Formats: sequence, structure tokens, C-alpha cells
Amino acid sequence: MISRDRRTPLSQWWWTVDRLLLAALTTLILGGIILSLAASPPVATRIGLEPFHFFNRHVMFVLPAFAVMIGISFLSPRQVRRSALIMFAVSVVLLVATLVFGAEVKGSRRWISIAGISIQASEFAKPAFVVLVAWLFSESARRPEMPATSLALAALLLVVALLVLEPDFGQTLLILMVWGALFFMAGMRMIWVVGLAGASLAGLFSAYLFVPHVARRIKRFMDPASGDTFQVDMATESFARGGWFGQGPGEGTVKRILPDSHTDFVFAVAAEEFGIVLCLALVALFAFIVIRTLKTAYRTEDLFTRFAASGLAILFGMQSTINMAVNLHLIPAKGMTLPFISYGGSSMISLAYGMGMLLALTRQRSPIELEATGGAGVARYA
Amino acid sequence: MSPETPAAQPARAEHWRQRLIRTLLYGKNVDRNVKARARVGLAIIAFVSIYAIIAGKLMLFGISAESNEASRRAAQDATATARPDILDRNGLILATDVKTSSLFGEPRRLVDRDEAVELLTGTLPDLEVAEVRQRLGTRKGFVWLKREITPEQERQIHRLGIPGIGFLRENKRVYPSGPVVSHLIGHVNIDNQGIAGIEKWLDSNGLADLHMAGFANDRQQEPVQLAVDLRVEHALRDELLKAKEKYKAKAAAGLVSNVKTGEIVAMVSVPDYDPNNPREANDPTRINRLTTGVFEMGSTFKALTLAMALDSGKATLNTMYDARGSLRYGRFNIRDTHPMGRAISLSEVFTYSSNIGAARVALSQGVEAHKAFLKKLGQLDRLRTELPESAEPIVPKRWGELNTVTIAFGHGLSVAPLQAVMGINALVNGGYLIPPTLLKRSETEAMKFAKQVIKPETSQKMRHLMRLNAEIGTAKKADVAGYYVGGKTGTSEKVVNGRYSRKQVLNSFTAIMPSDNPKYQILIMLDEPQPLAETYGFITSGWNTVPTGGKVIARIAPLLGLEPRFDLPPSERLILAATR
Repeated sequence: MISRDRRTPLSQWWWTVDRLLLAALTTLILGGIILSLAASPPVATRIGLEPFHFFNRHVMFVLPAFAVMIGISFLSPRQVRRSALIMFAVSVVLLVATLVFGAEVKGSRRWISIAGISIQASEFAKPAFVVLVAWLFSESARRPEMPATSLALAALLLVVALLVLEPDFGQTLLILMVWGALFFMAGMRMIWVVGLAGASLAGLFSAYLFVPHVARRIKRFMDPASGDTFQVDMATESFARGGWFGQGPGEGTVKRILPDSHTDFVFAVAAEEFGIVLCLALVALFAFIVIRTLKTAYRTEDLFTRFAASGLAILFGMQSTINMAVNLHLIPAKGMTLPFISYGGSSMISLAYGMGMLLALTRQRSPIELEATGGAGVARYA
Repeated sequence: MSPETPAAQPARAEHWRQRLIRTLLYGKNVDRNVKARARVGLAIIAFVSIYAIIAGKLMLFGISAESNEASRRAAQDATATARPDILDRNGLILATDVKTSSLFGEPRRLVDRDEAVELLTGTLPDLEVAEVRQRLGTRKGFVWLKREITPEQERQIHRLGIPGIGFLRENKRVYPSGPVVSHLIGHVNIDNQGIAGIEKWLDSNGLADLHMAGFANDRQQEPVQLAVDLRVEHALRDELLKAKEKYKAKAAAGLVSNVKTGEIVAMVSVPDYDPNNPREANDPTRINRLTTGVFEMGSTFKALTLAMALDSGKATLNTMYDARGSLRYGRFNIRDTHPMGRAISLSEVFTYSSNIGAARVALSQGVEAHKAFLKKLGQLDRLRTELPESAEPIVPKRWGELNTVTIAFGHGLSVAPLQAVMGINALVNGGYLIPPTLLKRSETEAMKFAKQVIKPETSQKMRHLMRLNAEIGTAKKADVAGYYVGGKTGTSEKVVNGRYSRKQVLNSFTAIMPSDNPKYQILIMLDEPQPLAETYGFITSGWNTVPTGGKVIARIAPLLGLEPRFDLPPSERLILAATR
């Protein structure tokens, strides 16, 4: 069906896209469905919804998400850049709108309801922001006369300001780290790397000093006896209970107790029911996606592709590692979803959008095409 | 974003301020392309290590979960442990398993600890509230709450429906005959693992390995048959308890041994304990005196001394020994209880239990021969049987003539009574030293372990000497008609504050029956019997252990299937004549 003989857009796509990466992402999305089936019913029951509420919605989002991912992966790097710019603009507007119109849930405004669908704008801002900043840094290397670095900084400050106002420290942290990583890759001098690291430590320390709940969380991590470590205790417990091969599907008990079992602690639920072996497989899947993308980025000659692809990979990688590390009690508790596995509609679509761009950027391209991506000239290979 | 910006002349187009910022940020004249690639490489390394850490932590969890699981499984296995039934020689049950339930808690699964504590202590009033609260308060996965509850209690707790509380089926060991077989059979701990006696022997002989392999959790195991005869055991214990009471002795012990197989048909050491409730087992006064204690056996040892002389061929029953006055040896002055004041024959040494005579008999053989003979009869080495409890004999470090003199009449060498029984068996069974056993075995099986230690003729003479004691010597009170009993008494003064005491004695009586072809040996021991009006103030063996032995014989001989024979000729004609 997809033959090399004829150059249809589909065959073009199929023969250039990183099929192993595509397979890994698809596996992850399908795995997410199964784990959602395990983790979400107790939560739904607890908050008075019908048991499969979250599961149905999860499945409902999987299809459009998959479509978005495949659709975006057809784009050329240039189109990716443009779409990101538009997406960034839209999500900034939405973020502002969220601050104004959003309903306050658990002390923060993160959701805005548009035509009956609640949207978490910050989720959509992330991948768009990453691609935008990657472009700016690549421009700063290519065309030093452009104030690209300053623009990148401005974009960062804008997004961070909006996120802090919500407030959403998890997303802020992610944005800061990815931005820092891109800045670092763009060739920043070591002295600034150290400086930035120092600044972030200082930031963390001041958060510890001035933001009470951050201080509490860090204290609890350092000394479990100092406060209520219920969630993390339960999570680590589930790893011990699961053992290598798990208690079996539906046999988990932790999910009945953990309030965020379908989002932040889905990894622990997976461990209890399906065992540590499955968790190791999940880790391997995430690691495969991240490291393969970074390797592609390493090989490519094009700066924008390199920055954007690695930026997206780092965003994805950080989100997954932070979530798993919290579950395993390696770092202090921080609300962070596990990409494609945790429940969350906006998050799912935004991840699909990000991974779609990733697939688009990691497609094989001829040297001529590569030449062209840097500039505006559309020299499509045909 | 105009595409034709000439990258070749950046310096001209670039404003100086921007150039400054660029230099400050990225450094001068660097190929940012190469730098960026290197840094992507760094990011790869960083992510590889982060994912490796996560995978490592996961594996740690897996390993610790495994060990958690293992400890729980061990608890389960230990409780599932089934032990084989232990039977006496006639198939009567001495020990068996009964199924019970035990209550456990899983604190991690508990929803409401206070409620659980309240409900449980309400149902089982003997549970300590504080202790239950403390046990359920741990973060453990498994804690015992109460072992071995009744079916009714189990039903009540089950009906309470407390999450995190459960039951395990356990095997509880029961000993229907209670204290009667205590020392012999030993007992088990709460996990049904043998910790004393035959029970422990079972564990160390493969049962524990079976449990490890998980094969011992059904009732398919072959029962273990012991040599002990529960009826004889009971009769012996009954008589010993009565004797202990009557003579106000500190302790009493008795042993019935099959002379030809080495089987221990009965073994009692009172005070004993109930293996169903082995709390008293650790009391040092309740040790098994027959294997765990060592004693100076007194005159009983003279049998060994005389057998040595007879077996060497250097002496006969009529060899004369000087027994006048007393035998001075160094600072020791050896006297006889019944001084003869004349030279006596070897036979009379035994009958009148002459210390001086025995000493002279031993001296005439020499120290080395004496030592070698006792060694040959297993009196100098630790005797090991199926019972894990055994004591090493106390042998003098430097064995001189003085030691030979005292050991000749049973002082200065402490052995386990079972060891002496084994020696005496060899003297009367035709000269075979057979290691004693608690397991049932036939004569042919026993002969595989047997070792000829004295000549059959010597054995015949020893039978005669033993019988003679019951006819004219100190064992007359045990001569139960029909069983042709023979025997040797022993009264050994106990060492109190470094001196031999005349008031505190350890009495023993060794009997054989029937003497013309002995089948059984009976050993009776009384520790510190008191003088009674009935015994005319005497505390020597003939006044207490011998009558006790007589009563025991009268009761057990029919049980042992010995046919009574009446009007037998005296030993002189029946036994001795055969040797000529």
C-alpha cells in the first residue's frame, strides 16, 4: 500500500518518519489505556462519578490525540515552527483568559471552560514554547544581529509570570528547566551554566524559605517523620506489595486509598497490579523515546531541528522522570503527570501535539531540504 | 527573518552591544554548532543516568519485596509444618498434629486501628490491649496476634469482618500421654519445630530439609515408631513417683533397656514436665538425669571391674583378695560397708560389695588395662543417641593408681547412667556392646552395630554373679518370683563441699531378668533418699532402690511378655554349671 515507487504524501511520510519512535509512542498510548482502566475507577467512585467515567474520557481523548500526533508529524520543520508560534500566541491569550475567567480549584486557576470543554492552557503553552525558544536560540547562533536571546528570555518571563500567577509551580519548574536546557545547548558559556544552576538553587532555597508548602514538602522528604507522608508512603508501599510480577489486574489496594491514583501516582498503581517488571518496561519505553530523539538531534546538522527536537524530548523526559522519581520517593513530592499514562485531556492532546512535532522534526530529510529549513526558501525535495 | 542575511559578514551587521552580549553569553569565536552537538551528547548522558537510577530503585524495591515475601512465606511454611506422628512400639500415639487457627494482623491493610483493637480485645479478653495496639501500630506486613485460638473464637472474629485481620491454619502438636514420655520425646516450639528430644532429632534428620523444600505440609508422612513401650513407661513412672514420694528423694530416674537390641523400652526421669506445656522444661532440676546428667555410679561399676578381671583370664571367681582392715592409699582410707576381716574370693567381692576387694581386683590388672577396658566399654567417651541432649563423662585428666582404685568401685569417674546401662548390657548379653537407641529395632539390626567386647564365658559368669546378689546379696528384695532377677546395688556418696557426704547419697539398682538369659535390664536411681523408720534408718540402696526395682519388675515383666518360671534351681546350678 505504501510503496516507494510513487511519491504520495503518505508514502513520503511513512518512509521518512522514525517508525520505531512512532511504535514506542503508540505502545505508550495503548498502555495508558490499560493502566487507566486499573487506576481510575476507584477515584471515580470515590468522587461520586460512575466507575468508568475517567476511563471513558481517557479513551475518548486517545483517538483525537493520536490523530493530532499523526497529523502534526506530516508537517515540515518550517510548518512546525509556524504552528508553534500560532499555538504559543493562542495559549498565552488563553492563559490570560484563565487568570481572568478561570474557576478556582484547590486554590489555583488553571482551567478555562470554552464551549463546555475545560482546557488547561498551560499544557498547550509548553510544547509551543519549547519549539519557539528552540527557534530563537538557533536564530541567535545563525544570525547574531537578531536579538533572539533577548526574545527567548522575554518569552520565558512572560510564560513564567502567567504560570506563577495561576499559580502552577510544577509547570513553571518544567518551563524553567527546559528553557535552561535549551539555553545550555545553544552554547552558553560554562560560567553562565554555573550561574544559572546557582540561581535556580537560590530560587529553590527562597521558595523553601518563603513558600510554606514547598518548605513542608522538602522537610517531609528529608525527614518522613516530620509530617504526613501518607501519599508517598502508600506509593512506595505499593512497589513492595507488587513485587516483580504484581498482585494481578484489579488486585491493587493502593489505588483505593491514594487520591491522585489516576494522575500523579498511576506509576505506583501499575507497580502494585502489574509488577515491577512492567514498570521497568515503562521506564525503558520512556528512556527509548527520549534517548532516541536526542540521538537524532545529535546527528542532525540543522540547528533548529536539533534544538526543537531535543527541547521536546527533554520536556517529555523531565516530566516522566520527575513523576516516576516522586512515585519512587527519590525526590520530594511534586504534582506531575506521567506522559500519556496519567489521566488528563488537555495534557493528552498537548502531548500528542508535542510528540507530533517531535516525529515531524525527526523525519529523515535530504541535505537539500536541510539547507532550506534554515531559511525561508521552500525547496521541497521532489 | 529575511533569508538573504549574509552570514559571512556578521560583524558588520551586528550592533556592538549585541556583540558584547553574545560574547558574554556564548564566548568569543566558538563554533556554536559543535558546542551544541556536544551538549546534546551531555543531555543524552544525563537522561541515561536518570533513567538508570529510576530502574535501579525499581529493582531495589523488587528485591526487598522478594525478601518481604520470603519472610511471610517462611511464617506460613512454619505454621503449615506437619510433623509425623510418633508411635510407641505397639503403635500407640505418643505425639500427633491437630489443626488449629491462629490470628494474625496485617497492619498495612488495617483501616481503623483503634476499632480493630477494640473489637479484638472485646472478643478475646485475654489479649493485652496495649500490646495489640503496639503490634498493629507497626508498619510491618504481618504480625501474629494470638496463636492457636478456638474454632468458636475464630468464628466470632470472622464475623466481626475487620479488614487486615486474618487466620492461618496451623498444626498444633499434642502429646496424648502428657508428661509420661516428656524427656524422651522432647517438645516443639510454637512454630511446630522440634526443640528437644526425639522431636528435635526428627528435625535434624531430614524433616527440616523437607520443610524447606515445602514437602512436609501434608499428612503423608510415615509415622516414626519408637522402641518405647507406653505401658512399661507408665508403670515405671508411676513406681518412680511413688518411690520419690516415699523416700523423699530429690529426684528419681529409671530405665528399661532391651539387653539384646539396645532399645530403650522405657525412660523416666522425675521431676519431668508436660510437653504439651513445656514451660517447665528449662528448669535445671527437671533435666533428663539418664542422658544429660553424669554421676558417679558407685558399686554398680564393680561389675565392670570384675568382668575385666574375669575376661583377662588372670582371675577366676575363686581368686582370693585380701580384704582385711582398710586400704590406705595416700591420704585416702578405703573402707568397706560390711568389713569381712578376711581374704575373700572374687565372687564374694561382688556379693558383699567390697570396695577394698574391687580396688585390689583393679590394681591386679594395672592402670592401663583398666583404662583400656573402660574405654572399650564406652565409658570414657560421650555417648550419643537420637536424643540431642547428651553429657560428656567426667574422666580424670591424669589417671594414676589412685584413680583406678576409686573407679574400681565407682567413684572418681562420672558417666551418664545410660552409658553405664550400655556397659552392663554388654556384660550380660554375651559380650556385645550395642549402642542404645530410642527407635524400634530387631535383634538382627542391632547386631550390625554390635561389637564383641568380652568373651561369652565372662558374660555367663557375670550373669551368675548378678543372680547371686538376688539370692544371697543386697538385691534380695527385688527377687520377684518367677523372673529369675539378678542385680547390683550402688550407693554412692555425693560430694558436698568437696567431701564425700554420708547423708547425701545417690542410689542405684541395676537389675537383669531373667538372669540365665537376660532380656531386659532395669536401672532405678534415687537421688538423696531419706532414711525411714521402715528402712531402720538406712539409706543404702538395698533399702530403697531395690524394693522400688522389685515393684517395677513385678509390674512390667508381664507387660514385657516374660513368661514366669517357678522353682528354678539356684544360680550355682543353673548358670554357673553351664560354664563348666
